[in-house]
Amino acid sequence: MGARDQHGPGAPWGDAQPGAKDNQAFQVVGKPHRKVDGLAKATGAAVYADDIVLPGMLHAKTLRSPHAHALIKKIDATRALALPGVHAVITGQDMPIKYGVIPWTPDENALALEKVRFIGDEVAAVAAIDEDTANAALKLIEVEYEVLHAYFDPKEALVRHEPSIHEDKKHNKGNISKHVELSFGDVEAAAKTADLVVEDDYSFHGTTHTPIEPHCAVAQYSADGVLTVWSSTQITHYVHRALARVLELQPARIRVVQPCLGGAFGGKSDPFSLEFCVAKLAMITRRPIKMLWTREEVFYAHRGRHPMQLHYKTSATKDGRVTGVDAKILIDGGSYSSFGLVTTYYAGQLLTGPYDFPSYRFDSTRVFTNKPPCGPKRGHGSVQPRFAFEVQLDQIAEKLGMDPIEIRRKNFQGEHTQTVNGQRITSNGFMRCLDEVERASGWRARRGKLPHGRGLGVAGSMYISGTNYPVYPNKMPQAGIQLKVDRSGLVTVFTGGNDIGQGSNSVVCYIVAEELGIPVENVRVVAADTDLCPVDLGAYSSRVTFMVGNATIDAARKLRALITAAVAEHWGIDTRRVRMIEGTVIDVEDVAKSMSSVEAFHIAEEKHDTLGSTGSYNTPTLGGDYRGGTIGASPAYSFTAHVVEVDVDTETGRITIDKVWVAHDCGRALNPMLVAGQMEGSAYMGAAEALLEHHDINRFGLHQGPSLLDYRIPTSVDAPEFAALIVESLDPEGPYGAKEAGEGPLHPVLPAISNAVFDAVGVRLKHLPFTPARVLAALREQKSASVAKTTAKGRA
Amino acid sequence: MRTLSLKVNGDTVQAAAPSHWTLLEVLRYKLGLTGSKQGCDKGDCGACTVLVDGRPVLACLTLAGAVEEREVTTIEGLMPLHVKSGGDGPDPVQAAFDRCGALQCGFCQPGMMLSARALLNKNPCPTRAEIREALSGNLCRCTGYTQIFEAVELAVAESIGVAPAPRSWEAQRMDPSEAQAAAKRAAAHLAERRKQEGRE
Repeated sequence: MGARDQHGPGAPWGDAQPGAKDNQAFQVVGKPHRKVDGLAKATGAAVYADDIVLPGMLHAKTLRSPHAHALIKKIDATRALALPGVHAVITGQDMPIKYGVIPWTPDENALALEKVRFIGDEVAAVAAIDEDTANAALKLIEVEYEVLHAYFDPKEALVRHEPSIHEDKKHNKGNISKHVELSFGDVEAAAKTADLVVEDDYSFHGTTHTPIEPHCAVAQYSADGVLTVWSSTQITHYVHRALARVLELQPARIRVVQPCLGGAFGGKSDPFSLEFCVAKLAMITRRPIKMLWTREEVFYAHRGRHPMQLHYKTSATKDGRVTGVDAKILIDGGSYSSFGLVTTYYAGQLLTGPYDFPSYRFDSTRVFTNKPPCGPKRGHGSVQPRFAFEVQLDQIAEKLGMDPIEIRRKNFQGEHTQTVNGQRITSNGFMRCLDEVERASGWRARRGKLPHGRGLGVAGSMYISGTNYPVYPNKMPQAGIQLKVDRSGLVTVFTGGNDIGQGSNSVVCYIVAEELGIPVENVRVVAADTDLCPVDLGAYSSRVTFMVGNATIDAARKLRALITAAVAEHWGIDTRRVRMIEGTVIDVEDVAKSMSSVEAFHIAEEKHDTLGSTGSYNTPTLGGDYRGGTIGASPAYSFTAHVVEVDVDTETGRITIDKVWVAHDCGRALNPMLVAGQMEGSAYMGAAEALLEHHDINRFGLHQGPSLLDYRIPTSVDAPEFAALIVESLDPEGPYGAKEAGEGPLHPVLPAISNAVFDAVGVRLKHLPFTPARVLAALREQKSASVAKTTAKGRA
Repeated sequence: MRTLSLKVNGDTVQAAAPSHWTLLEVLRYKLGLTGSKQGCDKGDCGACTVLVDGRPVLACLTLAGAVEEREVTTIEGLMPLHVKSGGDGPDPVQAAFDRCGALQCGFCQPGMMLSARALLNKNPCPTRAEIREALSGNLCRCTGYTQIFEAVELAVAESIGVAPAPRSWEAQRMDPSEAQAAAKRAAAHLAERRKQEGRE
């Protein structure tokens, strides 16, 4: 059977063990189990990339560009190479092949080849006996630049084509990285016949991920020509492919391992310069190489959330039905493509739920500028448009005198339906999300009735649970799993999935334990090692629980079938009577018949030979029938609603978030504690983007504060209180009904804060971040407008 | 280069290191104690936090030579010290972090748990506000801090033998009045304990 569509239209978990229809009947699923790596992390035993030390290891550092846009005329490393302790210096000439995570836009070099495109762009790398020596050598490398005109304003990059930041005329028109224009239904007619049209501008400023672990990679090149790279990546498989391409090695001679990962949030999705540099330096010196980026370098590596300028025009009927949405979006991509092609689509494609509107048009353009490259950050491409639209929806409710939750209910798209852009919606718990936040926040009794300065705001959103677009075209499974059974009773799971802290290894463990009726302690997970594990496309697009989860169920069911068949034969009964539960195997019709799972494993091994199984998952064929119609097509969508309570200090302009109620439809919570952790962490990250964080580049192209303190990520005293409210809609195709929980719950918090500020003080914040200066300016404007109004009235 | 004599996790150890090396460098590169993490190397993130004479200190801003003769505790030392003093397995703070889902990526948590341990050593029954304050030097990017607060509160509740207040997603699945009553009970127990401590 082909990997795609293998599950057909039915539920892959529909043949669950007898009685396993709700959480009570599950042994493991749905319970707040510990994580498989929790205690290793708690005791300091977990090994992260920078904790790896190999005998004879050298340390590498990167020389970076001081110019935002310049041609490299000459590089002279003679003096650096002469420094005692320096073993090698490499430049762009050593790795001239371009790469890019999206196969259609390979525009990056491991080290700059002919030009640099932002301050911080990588130019050369040095391997030396220690970091101090490598740093000293960097100062001795002489680079001659010819400075070019640099672009910092995306509007300039949109119209000015020379000099162009990238030379590839086939893919880029001038400095335009990607342009997408799609139209569904008649948006012009909707505007003409509407009772109400609201049109406005919004903007998002740009933020970055700042995982607490900086990027780090270690490489070893063995005597027999096998390259091993340990990297803090969230996508081992793409790093594997990119290394083979750039280093011109056979993929079978490369092994990529992701050690324990200290946070990523999308910021470790691209192949990065340091992975190629450690590999190349290890091949040249024949010694292990480590490169650890400083915190400042992580800010240059960036790939953070794109700054966007958004113009929205929404048409509605007088009873609050949205009839058309017309969007024009300018995206500041920074200096390279990264995932930008997808970002440009996502900016439009992911807005078409949880609300139903019959006409929709978006025109989104990503341009190159000479700033650190933007990329995928938690809620890739859709957080900014979601902010604009949810604020605009509130403006419509205001004009119509409708309750903001009511207008969202009114436009609910329903479940098992299709969006205006042709995406298939399966389960949809958005209405219950609204009910939950309305109830828990005391909305009806309090919204619009709190004292001046205090307010409640609501917003909703949807997000993908993985995408059926596999980054590089292929028909093989998106996720694969292998199971190996030991005679001790231990089952080892091999997964290519990347646990980046979200707990994917734990989810895999819970599912195997559930399906085989064995304790979670008897399941060991080996993950993210390209030599050992079947391919998985990695931790992005919130795909892991859904896809790896389904692949795990597939593998575990196949193994269970082998074991139950052997036991049934042993007992001389029908296979359907055999059930694996709580470390035993029983005959459901005869309580006297029972054996331990270890015994059952032995009986099965006697019958079938060495025991094991594989499982896989691929998405069904999805997406609209038009160019780009598969981008944003997901086997299932998650839905979220937030209510935020704010306190606005009208004297200082400071907004304090008192509480965020986060209701999220995750399909089924395979572990409610881990789901709550994802919901709270998402909402925290979004709230921080709205109030505190700035990824600012000054007029020379220099990052304004490449440190955690200047960038201002929230501390424990800044973080608001969160209430995680889990909604389970039981998706027909998710593993036991599960969908994603790691990205969706970020979206609504930004517009909900803006909407709450409106409830508190009556001003609309449409431009992020909501700094005290912006709030004060809005309040002043409100005051002068009301004075003008009073004066006008007085005159009349 | 000089030879340092350090007391780390109960042992006196010698390490030769350049005089400008920080405690974090000596711990990680000379003693192989890689549980202390480097997140910024400039005192912003707190991932390198260790205890020096029981007080949380940023190892990346502390010269190794400055802590000679003082008791240094790293995350690797917590469980052995707990076992040595008659406990079973991980320190209650470590166990609570594990059981509350507070360890997502886990990178900030060695420092976080040591800050929490230092807090509980001097204030065994802190309020949520006191917990926030005590952990404010340790940045976490995964959790939004809620499950970290819940972990510290679980460690506190278990140390005095009361059930902790139900978490939001637990309360959601309970009868509302029952959930409220459980939260009130937990709060009353803790308030009583704080009152007793004030009297003692």
